[in-house]
Amino acid sequence: MTSSPQSDRSALRHEPSSPQPAISLRGVVKRFGDITAVDGLDLDVPEGTVMGLLGPNGAGKSTTMRMLTAQSLADEGEISILGHPVPRESKWARSLMGVVPQHDNLDEELTVEENLRSFTYLYRVPRRERAAAVERALRIAHLEHRRDTFTEKLSGGMRRRLLIARGLVHRPRVVLLDEPTVGLDPQVRQELWGLITALREEGVTVLMSTHYIEEAERLSDEVALMAKGRIVRRGAPADLIAEYAGRTVEEYAVGLDGIEVMEKTLHAAGFTTRRTGSALSVLRAEELPDSLRDQLGSGMRRASNLEDVFVTLTGEKVE
Amino acid sequence: MTATRDTAAPAATDLRTRPRGFEIAPILGVLAREWALYRRIWAPITFSAIVEPVLYLLAFGMGMGALVGTIGGYDYIEFLGTGIVAMSVLFSSMFPGLIDTFVRRRFQHTYEGVLAAPVDVRELVTGEALWIALKAGVYGCAPLLVAIGFGLEPTWAMLLVPFVGVLTGFGFALLGILLAAVIPSIRTVDYVISGLITPLFLVAGTFFPIDQLPGWAQTAALVNPLYHCVELVRGFAFGIDVLAALGHLAVIALFAVVVWFLAVHLMRRRLID
Repeated sequence: MTSSPQSDRSALRHEPSSPQPAISLRGVVKRFGDITAVDGLDLDVPEGTVMGLLGPNGAGKSTTMRMLTAQSLADEGEISILGHPVPRESKWARSLMGVVPQHDNLDEELTVEENLRSFTYLYRVPRRERAAAVERALRIAHLEHRRDTFTEKLSGGMRRRLLIARGLVHRPRVVLLDEPTVGLDPQVRQELWGLITALREEGVTVLMSTHYIEEAERLSDEVALMAKGRIVRRGAPADLIAEYAGRTVEEYAVGLDGIEVMEKTLHAAGFTTRRTGSALSVLRAEELPDSLRDQLGSGMRRASNLEDVFVTLTGEKVE
Repeated sequence: MTATRDTAAPAATDLRTRPRGFEIAPILGVLAREWALYRRIWAPITFSAIVEPVLYLLAFGMGMGALVGTIGGYDYIEFLGTGIVAMSVLFSSMFPGLIDTFVRRRFQHTYEGVLAAPVDVRELVTGEALWIALKAGVYGCAPLLVAIGFGLEPTWAMLLVPFVGVLTGFGFALLGILLAAVIPSIRTVDYVISGLITPLFLVAGTFFPIDQLPGWAQTAALVNPLYHCVELVRGFAFGIDVLAALGHLAVIALFAVVVWFLAVHLMRRRLID
């Protein structure tokens, strides 16, 4: 893929969204020896949207993220960020992109403010704008009162907020979030979700890898379900759920002895099921006829979710 | 956290020039980041970088000096002081190049963060080595100042010593970075210290003239960049032919260029998969 002069001008002037996707991957393959981590990946992320990359560990999400920053080079295929082919123009692309890595790599010896300031140099924020950029990042992360705290003294949630603020210090047009809330407690996770929602509202393009179903459902305009290095399906979470899992799922404790018979019966009637131990979950349960429901006994009803979709499509669990 | 309109504003990073190729701006960025770190941790680094070579100088200079007397017509402490400048440069550059780089690469994931910004591996390696070299150039002067305190006559040419220290330090910092990209674990550092760093400063004319060594060791000294650093510093103190000085300088510069290419190549293999 080549970058047109027009796209370069657009990148310089930060013009509003263009018809081309902010992030584009075409037939991308990445191998590590005999292992194919990413296997013919096609993905477009429209400008100004949040795309959730959902899949279990080992699905190829982090490798995909690394390829977008040219820290991992694709063996085949084409990648472009805001029209800049990667890796050929990766520095240009990275200047327009903020990255929040999965691994915490903050400088322990520096304070919160110093961590942010040091990255204003790396991102080439003009000298006269550095102080304002740091203040803005502190404000976004709600760390103004911790500006002089050494990083090693911060809680896990604060560190993660600082990592996100560091990725936003140069006001990027595209943000890559690699498992942004992994290992955080629910309250901190909620706080970070607020920040990601704010980015979406501001028109920043976000590509977020996660293996948390709720996170992907809540935050993403679209999710791409990833397994074994490929995108299995993509779409709006609600659309995917409606298409593959219906409105509700009912879980029946049928026991190990009867589970195979019930599965066969339900499959014959056109229903999709998934096993969780000795329990059987029936997708599109709202369509279950009373005759089948009588055979299943009493069940527990819940709303369908992306996990149901993922299991239906891949046979794998996300978490 | 709550929504903020700040993120919608035009990007602060409105680069004036299209980033491509090898650039100065990212190197300055790396240096600025190092400066921020150094302001926090300068005291122990400076203490160790200055005190250790000065202790060597005092212990050997006064202890051995009483036995040796003079070498080539110069007091032993003057001879040693000029030699230990090179040792100080070696220690101040090779150790951080090797250990800090390994720790940042392997344990702190620092370079993942840096390379996510508009910085490439060449600029990262150059910036890291240059920062280490600048420190080595400054720290390397401490033994010379102590030797002056013990009677070494100052010369104008000595003002060139920091520059020689920076160039030599640049090469050895890159050698450390190169090795940090190669060694499989932090324990392997011991092999480098005993198998490489110690012979480097022993076979460099630091403590005694190399013509006291067997022929093979003298040949080894001639390809040892530290020997050429010692000769330059000693020459600036006691007098040196310009052509000879340029020759020593050329060897050090060639060494720096070769290890730069190797360090960049090997670090790229480690950092980019």
